[in-house]
Amino acid sequence: MTKLSKDDVLKLARLARISLSDDEVERYAEEFSAILGYVDQLESVDVSDLLPTSQVTGLTNVMRDDVVASYGYDPKVLLENVPTIQDDQIKVRRMIG
Amino acid sequence: MSQWLAIRELAEQVQAGKSSALELVEQSLRTIEEKSEFNAIIATLDDTARARARRIDERIANGEKIGRLAGVPFIAKDNFLVFGTETTAASNILKGFNAPYQATAIEKLEAEGAICVAKANLDAFAHGSSTENSDFGPTKNPHDPTRVPGGSSGGSGAAVVLDLAPFALGTDTGGSIRLPASFCGAVGYKPTYGLVSRSGVVAMASSLDTIGPLTRSVEDAALVIDVMAGRDPLDSTTIERDDESYTDFSDVQLKGAKIGVIKEYFGEGLSDSVRSTIDASIEKLKAAGAEIVEVSLPSLPLALAVYYVVCPAEVSSNLSRYDGQRYGYTNADATNLDESFSGSREIGFGTEAKRRIMIGTYVLSSGYYDAYYNKAQTVRTKLINEFTAAFESVDFLLGPTAPTTAFKLGQNIDDPLAMYLIDIMTVAANLVGVPAISIPAGFAEGMPVGLQLLAAQRHDRELFALAHAAEEAVRE
Repeated sequence: MTKLSKDDVLKLARLARISLSDDEVERYAEEFSAILGYVDQLESVDVSDLLPTSQVTGLTNVMRDDVVASYGYDPKVLLENVPTIQDDQIKVRRMIG
Repeated sequence: MSQWLAIRELAEQVQAGKSSALELVEQSLRTIEEKSEFNAIIATLDDTARARARRIDERIANGEKIGRLAGVPFIAKDNFLVFGTETTAASNILKGFNAPYQATAIEKLEAEGAICVAKANLDAFAHGSSTENSDFGPTKNPHDPTRVPGGSSGGSGAAVVLDLAPFALGTDTGGSIRLPASFCGAVGYKPTYGLVSRSGVVAMASSLDTIGPLTRSVEDAALVIDVMAGRDPLDSTTIERDDESYTDFSDVQLKGAKIGVIKEYFGEGLSDSVRSTIDASIEKLKAAGAEIVEVSLPSLPLALAVYYVVCPAEVSSNLSRYDGQRYGYTNADATNLDESFSGSREIGFGTEAKRRIMIGTYVLSSGYYDAYYNKAQTVRTKLINEFTAAFESVDFLLGPTAPTTAFKLGQNIDDPLAMYLIDIMTVAANLVGVPAISIPAGFAEGMPVGLQLLAAQRHDRELFALAHAAEEAVRE
Protein backbone atom coordinates (compact mmCIF):
# COMPACT_ATOMS: atom_id res chain seq x y z
CA MET A 1 0.00 0.00 0.00
CA THR A 2 1.24 3.46 -0.94
CA LYS A 3 2.41 5.44 2.03
CA LEU A 4 3.61 9.03 1.82
CA SER A 5 6.14 10.50 4.24
CA LYS A 6 6.29 14.11 5.36
CA ASP A 7 9.27 14.58 3.04
CA ASP A 8 7.20 13.29 0.12
CA VAL A 9 4.50 15.87 0.92
CA LEU A 10 7.07 18.66 1.15
CA LYS A 11 8.46 17.65 -2.24
CA LEU A 12 4.96 17.71 -3.78
CA ALA A 13 4.29 21.10 -2.19
CA ARG A 14 7.51 22.44 -3.71
CA LEU A 15 6.60 21.06 -7.15
CA ALA A 16 3.10 22.58 -6.87
CA ARG A 17 4.43 25.93 -5.53
CA ILE A 18 2.40 25.84 -2.32
CA SER A 19 3.84 26.73 1.10
CA LEU A 20 2.52 24.51 3.89
CA SER A 21 2.53 24.74 7.68
CA ASP A 22 3.97 21.84 9.74
CA ASP A 23 0.45 20.81 10.76
CA GLU A 24 -0.65 20.68 7.14
CA VAL A 25 2.33 18.54 6.15
CA GLU A 26 1.47 15.99 8.82
CA ARG A 27 -2.22 15.98 7.97
CA TYR A 28 -1.69 15.63 4.22
CA ALA A 29 0.82 12.79 4.62
CA GLU A 30 -1.86 10.79 6.41
CA GLU A 31 -4.69 11.74 4.05
CA PHE A 32 -2.72 11.17 0.84
CA SER A 33 -1.76 7.70 2.03
CA ALA A 34 -5.46 6.89 2.56
CA ILE A 35 -6.55 8.36 -0.81
CA LEU A 36 -3.75 6.73 -2.79
CA GLY A 37 -4.41 3.49 -0.89
CA TYR A 38 -7.96 3.58 -2.26
CA VAL A 39 -6.70 4.33 -5.77
CA ASP A 40 -4.27 1.38 -5.56
CA GLN A 41 -7.15 -0.96 -6.49
CA LEU A 42 -6.52 0.06 -10.12
CA GLU A 43 -3.13 -1.67 -10.02
CA SER A 44 -4.50 -5.20 -10.46
CA VAL A 45 -7.00 -4.38 -13.24
CA ASP A 46 -6.25 -6.15 -16.51
CA VAL A 47 -6.17 -3.57 -19.30
CA SER A 48 -4.16 -5.49 -21.88
CA ASP A 49 -5.08 -4.51 -25.46
CA LEU A 50 -6.65 -1.23 -24.29
CA LEU A 51 -5.38 2.28 -24.95
CA PRO A 52 -5.72 5.19 -22.53
CA THR A 53 -8.63 7.59 -23.13
CA SER A 54 -7.75 11.15 -23.97
CA GLN A 55 -10.99 12.48 -25.47
CA VAL A 56 -14.45 11.01 -24.92
CA THR A 57 -16.57 12.30 -27.81
CA GLY A 58 -14.20 11.36 -30.61
CA LEU A 59 -13.20 14.87 -31.66
CA THR A 60 -9.77 15.08 -33.29
CA ASN A 61 -7.76 18.11 -34.43
CA VAL A 62 -10.40 20.78 -34.05
CA MET A 63 -9.01 23.53 -36.28
CA ARG A 64 -9.86 27.13 -36.96
CA ASP A 65 -8.67 29.54 -39.62
CA ASP A 66 -5.43 31.25 -38.65
CA VAL A 67 -6.82 34.76 -38.69
CA VAL A 68 -6.99 37.49 -36.08
CA ALA A 69 -10.52 37.73 -34.68
CA SER A 70 -11.84 40.25 -32.21
CA TYR A 71 -13.94 38.97 -29.33
CA GLY A 72 -14.39 42.45 -27.93
CA TYR A 73 -12.10 42.00 -24.92
CA ASP A 74 -10.78 45.36 -23.80
CA PRO A 75 -7.11 45.15 -22.74
CA LYS A 76 -7.65 47.94 -20.20
CA VAL A 77 -10.50 46.00 -18.56
CA LEU A 78 -8.46 42.78 -18.63
CA LEU A 79 -5.59 44.55 -16.85
CA GLU A 80 -7.82 45.93 -14.08
CA ASN A 81 -7.50 42.64 -12.17
CA VAL A 82 -3.68 42.71 -12.13
CA PRO A 83 -2.25 43.22 -8.61
CA THR A 84 0.77 45.31 -9.67
CA ILE A 85 1.00 47.16 -12.93
CA GLN A 86 3.54 49.54 -14.52
CA ASP A 87 3.19 51.15 -17.95
CA ASP A 88 0.39 48.72 -18.88
CA GLN A 89 2.73 45.80 -18.06
CA ILE A 90 2.27 43.16 -15.36
CA LYS A 91 4.97 43.74 -12.76
CA VAL A 92 6.40 40.68 -10.98
CA ARG A 93 9.15 40.08 -8.42
CA ARG A 94 12.76 39.65 -9.49
CA MET A 95 13.38 36.22 -11.04
CA ILE A 96 17.15 36.06 -11.34
CA GLY A 97 19.68 36.67 -8.53
CA MET B 1 -45.98 24.97 -4.22
CA SER B 2 -43.56 27.18 -6.05
CA GLN B 3 -44.09 30.93 -6.46
CA TRP B 4 -42.77 30.58 -10.03
CA LEU B 5 -44.65 29.33 -13.06
CA ALA B 6 -42.91 27.04 -15.54
CA ILE B 7 -40.14 28.99 -17.29
CA ARG B 8 -41.92 28.89 -20.66
CA GLU B 9 -45.12 30.33 -19.16
CA LEU B 10 -43.23 32.99 -17.20
CA ALA B 11 -41.55 34.24 -20.37
CA GLU B 12 -44.88 34.22 -22.22
CA GLN B 13 -46.50 36.31 -19.47
CA VAL B 14 -43.68 38.86 -19.57
CA GLN B 15 -43.81 39.03 -23.36
CA ALA B 16 -47.60 39.47 -23.24
CA GLY B 17 -47.28 42.29 -20.69
CA LYS B 18 -49.22 40.34 -18.02
CA SER B 19 -46.20 40.55 -15.77
CA SER B 20 -43.00 42.59 -16.01
CA ALA B 21 -39.34 41.59 -15.98
CA LEU B 22 -38.74 44.11 -13.21
CA GLU B 23 -41.47 42.56 -11.02
CA LEU B 24 -39.89 39.14 -11.44
CA VAL B 25 -36.42 40.45 -10.61
CA GLU B 26 -37.75 42.23 -7.51
CA GLN B 27 -39.60 39.09 -6.45
CA SER B 28 -36.42 37.06 -6.81
CA LEU B 29 -34.23 39.58 -4.94
CA ARG B 30 -36.84 39.80 -2.14
CA THR B 31 -36.94 36.02 -1.71
CA ILE B 32 -33.13 35.85 -1.67
CA GLU B 33 -33.15 38.42 1.16
CA GLU B 34 -35.86 36.56 3.10
CA LYS B 35 -34.05 33.24 2.92
CA SER B 36 -30.51 34.48 3.46
CA GLU B 37 -29.97 32.23 6.50
CA PHE B 38 -29.44 29.24 4.17
CA ASN B 39 -26.35 30.95 2.70
CA ALA B 40 -27.15 29.78 -0.83
CA ILE B 41 -26.05 33.09 -2.36
CA ILE B 42 -22.63 34.77 -2.43
CA ALA B 43 -23.67 38.01 -4.11
CA THR B 44 -26.74 39.64 -5.66
CA LEU B 45 -26.56 41.65 -8.86
CA ASP B 46 -29.25 44.18 -7.86
CA ASP B 47 -28.31 47.09 -10.10
CA THR B 48 -27.35 45.23 -13.26
CA ALA B 49 -30.38 42.91 -12.95
CA ARG B 50 -32.79 45.82 -12.46
CA ALA B 51 -31.26 47.75 -15.35
CA ARG B 52 -31.52 44.75 -17.64
CA ALA B 53 -35.14 44.15 -16.56
CA ARG B 54 -36.11 47.76 -17.25
CA ARG B 55 -34.58 47.56 -20.71
CA ILE B 56 -36.51 44.36 -21.47
CA ASP B 57 -39.77 45.91 -20.24
CA GLU B 58 -39.16 48.98 -22.42
CA ARG B 59 -38.48 46.85 -25.46
CA ILE B 60 -41.69 44.89 -24.87
CA ALA B 61 -43.61 48.16 -24.48
CA ASN B 62 -42.20 49.09 -27.91
CA GLY B 63 -43.63 45.91 -29.36
CA GLU B 64 -40.35 44.01 -29.60
CA LYS B 65 -40.20 40.23 -29.30
CA ILE B 66 -37.61 39.35 -26.64
CA GLY B 67 -37.04 35.60 -26.61
CA ARG B 68 -37.89 32.32 -24.95
CA LEU B 69 -36.62 33.43 -21.54
CA ALA B 70 -38.02 36.98 -21.60
CA GLY B 71 -37.55 38.51 -18.16
CA VAL B 72 -36.87 35.20 -16.41
CA PRO B 73 -34.49 35.64 -13.44
CA PHE B 74 -31.80 33.03 -12.82
CA ILE B 75 -28.91 32.36 -10.48
CA ALA B 76 -25.44 31.33 -11.69
CA LYS B 77 -23.00 29.29 -9.65
CA ASP B 78 -20.15 31.65 -8.77
CA ASN B 79 -17.72 29.90 -11.12
CA PHE B 80 -19.48 31.45 -14.13
CA LEU B 81 -18.01 34.73 -15.38
CA VAL B 82 -20.81 37.29 -15.58
CA PHE B 83 -19.65 40.56 -17.11
CA GLY B 84 -18.88 43.31 -14.63
CA THR B 85 -19.41 41.19 -11.52
CA GLU B 86 -17.09 39.56 -9.03
CA THR B 87 -16.47 35.87 -9.81
CA THR B 88 -14.82 34.11 -6.88
CA ALA B 89 -15.47 30.37 -7.40
CA ALA B 90 -16.02 30.65 -3.61
CA SER B 91 -12.25 30.84 -3.15
CA ASN B 92 -10.08 33.36 -1.32
CA ILE B 93 -7.66 33.50 -4.24
CA LEU B 94 -10.32 34.96 -6.58
CA LYS B 95 -11.97 37.34 -4.09
CA GLY B 96 -12.13 40.73 -5.80
CA PHE B 97 -11.74 39.29 -9.31
CA ASN B 98 -14.07 41.16 -11.64
CA ALA B 99 -15.11 39.27 -14.74
CA PRO B 100 -13.73 41.19 -17.75
CA TYR B 101 -15.86 39.12 -20.15
CA GLN B 102 -18.60 36.56 -19.67
CA ALA B 103 -19.38 32.89 -20.17
CA THR B 104 -20.91 31.81 -23.49
CA ALA B 105 -23.69 30.09 -21.50
CA ILE B 106 -24.60 33.43 -19.87
CA GLU B 107 -24.44 35.20 -23.26
CA LYS B 108 -26.87 32.70 -24.77
CA LEU B 109 -29.31 32.91 -21.84
CA GLU B 110 -29.21 36.73 -21.93
CA ALA B 111 -29.79 36.71 -25.69
CA GLU B 112 -33.13 34.98 -24.99
CA GLY B 113 -34.03 37.54 -22.32
CA ALA B 114 -32.97 35.79 -19.09
CA ILE B 115 -31.60 37.94 -16.25
CA CYS B 116 -28.83 36.84 -13.85
CA VAL B 117 -29.87 38.10 -10.41
CA ALA B 118 -27.30 36.42 -8.16
CA LYS B 119 -24.24 34.21 -7.84
CA ALA B 120 -24.62 30.96 -5.91
CA ASN B 121 -22.33 29.42 -3.30
CA LEU B 122 -20.23 26.34 -4.09
CA ASP B 123 -17.35 24.30 -2.77
CA ALA B 124 -14.31 26.44 -3.64
CA PHE B 125 -13.33 25.72 -7.26
CA ALA B 126 -16.19 23.16 -7.29
CA HIS B 127 -14.07 20.77 -5.21
CA GLY B 128 -16.45 18.97 -2.94
CA SER B 129 -19.71 17.15 -2.35
CA SER B 130 -21.25 19.25 0.40
CA THR B 131 -20.59 22.98 -0.25
CA GLU B 132 -18.72 23.02 3.08
CA ASN B 133 -15.43 23.77 1.29
CA SER B 134 -16.63 27.28 0.42
CA ASP B 135 -14.49 30.18 1.67
CA PHE B 136 -17.85 31.95 2.18
CA GLY B 137 -19.20 29.39 4.68
CA PRO B 138 -21.42 26.36 4.03
CA THR B 139 -24.86 26.40 2.42
CA LYS B 140 -27.64 24.69 4.39
CA ASN B 141 -30.13 22.16 3.09
CA PRO B 142 -33.59 23.73 2.50
CA HIS B 143 -35.32 20.71 4.10
CA ASP B 144 -33.12 20.60 7.21
CA PRO B 145 -30.61 23.39 7.94
CA THR B 146 -28.46 21.02 10.02
CA ARG B 147 -27.71 19.06 6.84
CA VAL B 148 -25.63 19.77 3.73
CA PRO B 149 -27.22 20.58 0.35
CA GLY B 150 -24.76 18.35 -1.50
CA GLY B 151 -22.07 19.80 -3.71
CA SER B 152 -20.41 21.30 -5.34
CA SER B 153 -23.39 23.23 -6.83
CA GLY B 154 -25.04 23.27 -3.38
CA GLY B 155 -25.95 26.95 -3.55
CA SER B 156 -27.67 26.42 -6.91
CA GLY B 157 -29.56 23.33 -5.70
CA ALA B 158 -30.71 25.04 -2.50
CA ALA B 159 -31.62 28.22 -4.42
CA VAL B 160 -34.03 26.39 -6.72
CA VAL B 161 -35.72 24.49 -3.89
CA LEU B 162 -35.91 27.66 -1.75
CA ASP B 163 -37.68 29.27 -4.74
CA LEU B 164 -35.10 32.07 -5.02
CA ALA B 165 -35.34 32.03 -8.83
CA PRO B 166 -36.98 29.91 -11.56
CA PHE B 167 -33.68 28.19 -12.37
CA ALA B 168 -30.01 28.05 -11.48
CA LEU B 169 -26.86 27.07 -13.34
CA GLY B 170 -24.36 24.58 -12.00
CA THR B 171 -21.30 22.70 -13.18
CA ASP B 172 -20.89 18.92 -13.01
CA THR B 173 -17.41 17.35 -13.06
CA GLY B 174 -18.15 14.25 -10.98
CA GLY B 175 -21.75 14.77 -9.90
CA SER B 176 -21.79 18.42 -8.79
CA ILE B 177 -25.19 19.14 -10.36
CA ARG B 178 -26.87 15.78 -9.76
CA LEU B 179 -25.83 15.38 -6.12
CA PRO B 180 -27.30 18.71 -4.90
CA ALA B 181 -30.39 17.99 -7.00
CA SER B 182 -30.75 14.67 -5.17
CA PHE B 183 -30.02 16.08 -1.69
CA CYS B 184 -32.27 19.16 -2.11
CA GLY B 185 -35.10 17.67 -4.18
CA ALA B 186 -34.54 19.41 -7.53
CA VAL B 187 -34.05 18.31 -11.12
CA GLY B 188 -30.36 18.41 -12.09
CA TYR B 189 -29.07 17.85 -15.62
CA LYS B 190 -25.55 16.95 -16.75
CA PRO B 191 -25.39 17.02 -20.58
CA THR B 192 -23.24 14.99 -22.94
CA TYR B 193 -19.63 16.17 -22.64
CA GLY B 194 -19.18 19.16 -24.94
CA LEU B 195 -22.86 19.92 -25.57
CA VAL B 196 -22.64 23.23 -23.66
CA SER B 197 -19.68 25.59 -24.06
CA ARG B 198 -17.47 26.05 -21.01
CA SER B 199 -15.91 29.27 -22.19
CA GLY B 200 -15.93 31.71 -19.29
CA VAL B 201 -16.43 29.09 -16.60
CA VAL B 202 -13.67 28.50 -14.04
CA ALA B 203 -12.01 25.25 -15.15
CA MET B 204 -11.71 22.32 -12.78
CA ALA B 205 -10.98 19.08 -14.67
CA SER B 206 -11.25 19.73 -18.38
CA SER B 207 -11.93 16.21 -19.67
CA LEU B 208 -14.85 15.93 -17.21
CA ASP B 209 -16.32 19.44 -16.74
CA THR B 210 -19.89 20.05 -17.96
CA ILE B 211 -22.45 22.80 -17.47
CA GLY B 212 -26.13 22.33 -16.77
CA PRO B 213 -29.26 23.62 -15.03
CA LEU B 214 -30.93 22.91 -11.70
CA THR B 215 -34.68 23.36 -12.00
CA ARG B 216 -38.05 22.40 -10.61
CA SER B 217 -39.07 20.33 -13.62
CA VAL B 218 -37.56 18.34 -16.50
CA GLU B 219 -39.32 20.65 -18.96
CA ASP B 220 -37.55 23.69 -17.46
CA ALA B 221 -34.19 21.91 -17.60
CA ALA B 222 -34.71 20.93 -21.24
CA LEU B 223 -35.57 24.52 -22.16
CA VAL B 224 -32.43 25.90 -20.51
CA ILE B 225 -30.26 23.28 -22.27
CA ASP B 226 -32.01 24.04 -25.56
CA VAL B 227 -30.89 27.67 -25.21
CA MET B 228 -27.30 26.88 -24.16
CA ALA B 229 -26.43 23.88 -26.36
CA GLY B 230 -24.21 23.91 -29.42
CA ARG B 231 -20.79 24.53 -30.93
CA ASP B 232 -18.80 27.51 -29.70
CA PRO B 233 -15.57 28.70 -31.36
CA LEU B 234 -14.36 29.70 -27.88
CA ASP B 235 -14.53 26.08 -26.62
CA SER B 236 -13.03 23.63 -29.11
CA THR B 237 -14.42 20.63 -27.20
CA THR B 238 -18.03 21.59 -28.00
CA ILE B 239 -20.12 19.30 -30.24
CA GLU B 240 -22.98 19.93 -32.66
CA ARG B 241 -26.42 20.19 -31.05
CA ASP B 242 -29.49 18.33 -32.34
CA ASP B 243 -31.55 20.14 -34.97
CA GLU B 244 -34.73 19.42 -33.03
CA SER B 245 -35.59 21.21 -29.79
CA TYR B 246 -34.54 19.47 -26.58
CA THR B 247 -38.04 20.27 -25.31
CA ASP B 248 -39.67 18.07 -27.93
CA PHE B 249 -40.56 14.99 -25.87
CA SER B 250 -42.68 13.27 -28.52
CA ASP B 251 -40.16 10.58 -29.59
CA VAL B 252 -39.97 8.66 -26.31
CA GLN B 253 -42.75 7.21 -24.17
CA LEU B 254 -42.40 5.19 -20.98
CA LYS B 255 -44.40 2.43 -22.59
CA GLY B 256 -41.86 0.22 -24.31
CA ALA B 257 -38.81 2.21 -23.16
CA LYS B 258 -36.01 -0.24 -22.43
CA ILE B 259 -34.32 0.74 -19.17
CA GLY B 260 -31.38 -1.08 -17.60
CA VAL B 261 -31.15 -1.03 -13.81
CA ILE B 262 -27.45 -0.80 -12.92
CA LYS B 263 -26.76 -3.83 -10.74
CA GLU B 264 -23.53 -2.44 -9.24
CA TYR B 265 -25.34 0.56 -7.72
CA PHE B 266 -27.57 -1.65 -5.59
CA GLY B 267 -24.82 -3.40 -3.64
CA GLU B 268 -23.14 -2.67 -0.35
CA GLY B 269 -23.06 1.00 0.67
CA LEU B 270 -26.56 1.86 -0.57
CA SER B 271 -28.69 2.94 2.38
CA ASP B 272 -31.88 0.94 3.00
CA SER B 273 -34.15 3.97 2.79
CA VAL B 274 -32.71 5.12 -0.55
CA ARG B 275 -32.92 1.56 -1.86
CA SER B 276 -36.61 1.23 -0.99
CA THR B 277 -37.43 4.65 -2.50
CA ILE B 278 -35.67 3.76 -5.76
CA ASP B 279 -37.26 0.28 -5.79
CA ALA B 280 -40.68 1.92 -5.48
CA SER B 281 -39.83 4.24 -8.41
CA ILE B 282 -38.81 1.27 -10.54
CA GLU B 283 -42.14 -0.42 -9.80
CA LYS B 284 -43.99 2.73 -10.89
CA LEU B 285 -42.03 2.90 -14.14
CA LYS B 286 -42.84 -0.78 -14.76
CA ALA B 287 -46.51 -0.12 -14.09
CA ALA B 288 -46.37 2.68 -16.68
CA GLY B 289 -45.16 0.21 -19.25
CA ALA B 290 -41.37 0.58 -19.16
CA GLU B 291 -39.39 -2.55 -19.90
CA ILE B 292 -36.99 -2.90 -16.97
CA VAL B 293 -33.99 -5.25 -17.14
CA GLU B 294 -30.93 -5.63 -14.95
CA VAL B 295 -27.62 -4.54 -16.49
CA SER B 296 -24.14 -5.20 -15.14
CA LEU B 297 -21.18 -2.88 -15.73
CA PRO B 298 -18.41 -4.88 -14.01
CA SER B 299 -15.81 -2.07 -13.94
CA LEU B 300 -18.20 0.44 -12.38
CA PRO B 301 -16.87 -0.12 -8.83
CA LEU B 302 -13.51 1.18 -10.14
CA ALA B 303 -14.95 4.46 -11.46
CA LEU B 304 -14.31 6.45 -8.29
CA ALA B 305 -10.67 5.35 -8.13
CA VAL B 306 -10.24 6.37 -11.78
CA TYR B 307 -11.92 9.69 -11.03
CA TYR B 308 -9.67 10.48 -8.07
CA VAL B 309 -6.62 10.11 -10.30
CA VAL B 310 -7.87 11.86 -13.44
CA CYS B 311 -9.67 14.70 -11.66
CA PRO B 312 -6.81 15.84 -9.36
CA ALA B 313 -4.34 15.47 -12.25
CA GLU B 314 -6.37 17.90 -14.34
CA VAL B 315 -7.03 20.13 -11.33
CA SER B 316 -3.30 20.45 -10.63
CA SER B 317 -2.78 21.56 -14.21
CA ASN B 318 -5.76 23.95 -14.40
CA LEU B 319 -5.07 25.58 -11.03
CA SER B 320 -1.44 26.32 -11.85
CA ARG B 321 -2.72 29.56 -13.45
CA TYR B 322 -3.51 30.98 -9.99
CA ASP B 323 -0.03 32.28 -9.32
CA GLY B 324 -0.80 35.62 -7.70
CA GLN B 325 0.74 37.62 -10.55
CA ARG B 326 -1.95 38.41 -13.11
CA TYR B 327 -5.15 38.41 -11.03
CA GLY B 328 -6.49 37.30 -7.70
CA TYR B 329 -4.88 37.30 -4.27
CA THR B 330 -1.16 38.12 -4.15
CA ASN B 331 1.21 37.78 -1.24
CA ALA B 332 2.69 41.26 -0.90
CA ASP B 333 5.49 40.22 1.48
CA ALA B 334 7.36 37.96 -0.94
CA THR B 335 10.94 38.94 -1.74
CA ASN B 336 11.28 36.90 -4.95
CA LEU B 337 9.00 35.39 -7.58
CA ASP B 338 9.08 31.85 -6.22
CA GLU B 339 8.05 33.05 -2.76
CA SER B 340 5.33 35.10 -4.38
CA PHE B 341 3.91 32.01 -6.12
CA SER B 342 4.07 29.75 -3.05
CA GLY B 343 2.87 32.38 -0.61
CA SER B 344 -0.06 33.48 -2.76
CA ARG B 345 -1.16 29.89 -3.26
CA GLU B 346 -0.72 29.05 0.46
CA ILE B 347 -3.17 31.75 1.54
CA GLY B 348 -5.37 31.78 -1.56
CA PHE B 349 -6.19 28.07 -1.75
CA GLY B 350 -8.22 26.19 0.83
CA THR B 351 -7.50 22.73 2.22
CA GLU B 352 -9.29 20.79 -0.51
CA ALA B 353 -7.76 22.68 -3.45
CA LYS B 354 -4.28 22.10 -1.99
CA ARG B 355 -5.15 18.44 -1.44
CA ARG B 356 -6.23 17.95 -5.06
CA ILE B 357 -3.35 19.94 -6.53
CA MET B 358 -0.79 17.86 -4.63
CA ILE B 359 -2.46 14.49 -5.35
CA GLY B 360 -2.59 15.54 -8.99
CA THR B 361 1.06 16.56 -8.91
CA TYR B 362 1.90 13.16 -7.45
CA VAL B 363 0.04 11.06 -10.05
CA LEU B 364 1.53 13.09 -12.90
CA SER B 365 5.09 13.15 -11.57
CA SER B 366 7.97 11.33 -13.16
CA GLY B 367 8.05 7.69 -12.08
CA TYR B 368 4.36 7.60 -11.10
CA TYR B 369 2.69 8.79 -14.30
CA ASP B 370 2.32 5.33 -15.86
CA ALA B 371 1.23 3.61 -12.67
CA TYR B 372 -1.45 6.18 -11.83
CA TYR B 373 -2.49 8.57 -14.60
CA ASN B 374 -1.97 6.30 -17.61
CA LYS B 375 -3.46 3.33 -15.79
CA ALA B 376 -6.52 5.33 -14.74
CA GLN B 377 -7.08 6.62 -18.29
CA THR B 378 -6.85 3.03 -19.56
CA VAL B 379 -9.34 1.71 -17.00
CA ARG B 380 -11.49 4.64 -18.17
CA THR B 381 -11.43 3.09 -21.67
CA LYS B 382 -12.63 -0.20 -20.16
CA LEU B 383 -15.49 1.62 -18.49
CA ILE B 384 -16.40 3.42 -21.74
CA ASN B 385 -16.47 0.07 -23.56
CA GLU B 386 -18.80 -1.42 -20.96
CA PHE B 387 -21.20 1.53 -21.23
CA THR B 388 -21.14 1.28 -25.03
CA ALA B 389 -22.00 -2.40 -24.81
CA ALA B 390 -24.79 -1.72 -22.31
CA PHE B 391 -26.37 0.89 -24.59
CA GLU B 392 -26.49 -1.70 -27.36
CA SER B 393 -29.01 -3.70 -25.32
CA VAL B 394 -30.92 -0.93 -23.51
CA ASP B 395 -31.88 2.67 -24.35
CA PHE B 396 -31.37 4.09 -20.86
CA LEU B 397 -29.70 3.21 -17.58
CA LEU B 398 -31.13 3.80 -14.10
CA GLY B 399 -29.87 3.92 -10.53
CA PRO B 400 -29.87 6.08 -7.43
CA THR B 401 -28.05 9.42 -7.70
CA ALA B 402 -26.37 9.02 -4.32
CA PRO B 403 -25.99 6.17 -1.82
CA THR B 404 -27.59 8.20 1.00
CA THR B 405 -29.76 11.24 1.62
CA ALA B 406 -28.19 14.55 2.74
CA PHE B 407 -25.80 14.05 5.65
CA LYS B 408 -25.17 16.35 8.62
CA LEU B 409 -22.99 19.44 8.29
CA GLY B 410 -19.50 18.56 9.54
CA GLN B 411 -20.06 14.81 9.35
CA ASN B 412 -17.48 14.07 6.63
CA ILE B 413 -15.38 17.22 6.66
CA ASP B 414 -12.37 15.65 8.41
CA ASP B 415 -12.38 12.49 6.30
CA PRO B 416 -11.72 13.35 2.64
CA LEU B 417 -12.03 9.74 1.47
CA ALA B 418 -15.49 9.38 3.06
CA MET B 419 -16.49 12.66 1.33
CA TYR B 420 -15.18 11.38 -2.02
CA LEU B 421 -17.25 8.18 -1.67
CA ILE B 422 -20.47 10.25 -1.81
CA ASP B 423 -19.78 10.67 -5.55
CA ILE B 424 -19.59 6.92 -6.17
CA MET B 425 -22.74 6.81 -8.35
CA THR B 426 -22.22 10.02 -10.30
CA VAL B 427 -18.58 10.06 -11.49
CA ALA B 428 -19.00 7.38 -14.17
CA ALA B 429 -21.19 9.61 -16.38
CA ASN B 430 -18.40 12.21 -16.44
CA LEU B 431 -15.64 9.69 -17.17
CA VAL B 432 -17.69 8.21 -20.01
CA GLY B 433 -19.09 11.55 -21.27
CA VAL B 434 -22.74 10.47 -21.28
CA PRO B 435 -25.72 12.62 -20.24
CA ALA B 436 -27.34 11.97 -16.87
CA ILE B 437 -30.20 13.51 -14.92
CA SER B 438 -31.33 13.37 -11.31
CA ILE B 439 -35.07 13.72 -10.73
CA PRO B 440 -36.91 13.72 -7.38
CA ALA B 441 -38.04 10.19 -6.48
CA GLY B 442 -39.66 10.98 -3.15
CA PHE B 443 -38.50 11.26 0.45
CA ALA B 444 -36.73 8.91 2.82
CA GLU B 445 -36.85 9.82 6.52
CA GLY B 446 -37.91 13.34 5.61
CA MET B 447 -35.10 14.02 3.12
CA PRO B 448 -35.28 13.99 -0.70
CA VAL B 449 -34.01 11.05 -2.78
CA GLY B 450 -32.85 11.43 -6.37
CA LEU B 451 -33.42 8.94 -9.17
CA GLN B 452 -30.64 8.98 -11.77
CA LEU B 453 -31.27 8.24 -15.46
CA LEU B 454 -28.52 8.01 -18.09
CA ALA B 455 -28.42 7.73 -21.87
CA ALA B 456 -25.74 7.19 -24.51
CA GLN B 457 -23.66 10.16 -25.70
CA ARG B 458 -25.60 12.69 -27.80
CA HIS B 459 -28.96 11.21 -26.72
CA ASP B 460 -29.79 14.18 -24.52
CA ARG B 461 -33.10 14.75 -26.27
CA GLU B 462 -34.24 11.20 -25.68
CA LEU B 463 -33.08 11.39 -22.06
CA PHE B 464 -35.13 14.54 -21.45
CA ALA B 465 -38.19 12.88 -22.98
CA LEU B 466 -37.80 9.79 -20.81
CA ALA B 467 -37.14 11.86 -17.67
CA HIS B 468 -40.20 14.01 -18.39
CA ALA B 469 -42.38 10.92 -18.53
CA ALA B 470 -40.65 9.32 -15.54
CA GLU B 471 -41.02 12.47 -13.43
CA GLU B 472 -44.81 12.21 -13.65
CA ALA B 473 -44.96 8.43 -13.23
CA VAL B 474 -42.70 8.49 -10.15
CA ARG B 475 -44.69 11.28 -8.49
CA GLU B 476 -48.02 9.46 -8.82
